[in-house]
Amino acid sequence: MAESRLETVDMFINMGPQHPSTHGVFRMVLTIDGEQIVDMKPHIGYLHRGVEKLAEGLRYREVTVLLDRTDYLAALNNELPYVMALEKLLDVKVPERAEYIRVLVCELNRIASHLMFYGAFGADAGATTPFMYAFRDREEIQHFFEAVTGGRLMHNYFRVGGVRYDLPEDWRERLTKLIPHLRKGIVDCERLLSDNEIFLNRTIGVGQISAADAIDYGLTGPNLRACGVRLDLRRDQPYSVYPKLEFDVPTRSRGDCYDRYLLRVEEMRQSLRIVEQCLEQMPDGPSLGEVPRVIRPKEGEVYVGTENPRGEYGIYLVSRGGDYPYRVKVRAPSFCNLMALNEMMRGCYIADCVLILGSIDIVLGEVDR
Amino acid sequence: MLGMLKGLMTTMQSHFRKPVTIQYPDERPDLPPRYAGFPGLIWDANVGEPFCTGCQVCARFCPTQCIYVTMKDNPKVGDGTSKRRKIVDEFELNVSCCTQCAVCVEVCNFDAIEMTHTFEMASYSREQVMNLQDMLSMKEKGGP
Ligand code: SF4
Ligand code: SF4
Repeated sequence: MAESRLETVDMFINMGPQHPSTHGVFRMVLTIDGEQIVDMKPHIGYLHRGVEKLAEGLRYREVTVLLDRTDYLAALNNELPYVMALEKLLDVKVPERAEYIRVLVCELNRIASHLMFYGAFGADAGATTPFMYAFRDREEIQHFFEAVTGGRLMHNYFRVGGVRYDLPEDWRERLTKLIPHLRKGIVDCERLLSDNEIFLNRTIGVGQISAADAIDYGLTGPNLRACGVRLDLRRDQPYSVYPKLEFDVPTRSRGDCYDRYLLRVEEMRQSLRIVEQCLEQMPDGPSLGEVPRVIRPKEGEVYVGTENPRGEYGIYLVSRGGDYPYRVKVRAPSFCNLMALNEMMRGCYIADCVLILGSIDIVLGEVDR
Repeated sequence: MLGMLKGLMTTMQSHFRKPVTIQYPDERPDLPPRYAGFPGLIWDANVGEPFCTGCQVCARFCPTQCIYVTMKDNPKVGDGTSKRRKIVDEFELNVSCCTQCAVCVEVCNFDAIEMTHTFEMASYSREQVMNLQDMLSMKEKGGP
């Protein structure tokens, strides 16, 4: 500024990787002008374990173990595209009961994941109480998973041609108890945050992104739907038994933090609807289809994308014959969503950057893989 | 103001319900039968030896390669008390890198290994973690 003869320089702030609200190990370098963010550079890779490469050294059946550990908040949702891809390569039929079980646990996992978002997002905004409520309800889902899959977070439950175990004998009682509990939990959640004036002031209009930009950046899942684009792979590229189930795909229009938050709360309700329908329609039959003892798919490649709580989680699987996959490529939704962060943050205040990061709901395990 | 009051009302309600927190470790969690802790070998009480034949299938399939098994000739075959010609000699499980994925249970052809309900692995040193396996292995099954 020659006129005022005062030289101003932008300041850099390094945030993370040990910052508690970066949801893992994520570093961003913020360029700030006073209180405003001018630019943001994400630095990722702190949690890189080479999952895709490791998968090439494991037999087909064991790869699900690794995929659990990419998006660890929605592990079952990650196993689904992989087993579906493998089933496509092998031409294996999945019994209907297995499909229903898969959808049931996937939707419960979606609710658990969104509850985690809800709790963490409240904490990001400075409200710690919602966190406790979210975890209380998430724990109930976790208990159900313990009884069904044996694991709390890492399930390793889906198999080629079905699921590992059938549902336990008392699953109906457990689920009929769980559903009203969750329904009440979601109401509690909404009452705690959705109308809170402080929360509204902090989130409305913050971190906005337009629908066109969102599509350009390749956003998927709730982040895209919050901008008003009605894209949900469960409805638009139906897989498994989703065509037989009734559910709405909610959208919002503004594409700010508040919309992203509200949309996920609404999605929990829709997932609960799906869970209820699964409980009603669950057919009898085997939970594991006819599968060859040794899995050795023919040469070929296949891509399957499914709707993860964070967006499109896709698996690109290449087989060159043999016992081991030639390539397992993961299309990670959090990774793509994270790239739009710069666009959302530019022009916002530095106090909001934690909130915006929280609102896109990333899981670093899946960003870095 | 109204929104905040609504939130306050919700938190007030929690005064009138039962607590949900389990006071671990005084209270133990109620684990369902399928709960997968660390894997452990099963003891065949009828014969007085483990089911495991030391075939090493689990060691080969374990994604983290944390199992080490060796096999020996079964001394009990000679006097006819056991039908297993080979038996496990050493079975070592590195608990610190087991991911509790249950692959070993799935691939075992002799149903000799199962996921136990042991989940506590905190200890003061690395050696102690390795030694946890003594505690894990050999759950009895069968019997007279
Ligand atoms: S536990 Fe089963 S798979 Fe492993 S060595 Fe023993 S018999 Fe073989
Ligand atoms: S549970 Fe998984 S990681 Fe642990 S010993 Fe068995 S196969 Fe290996």
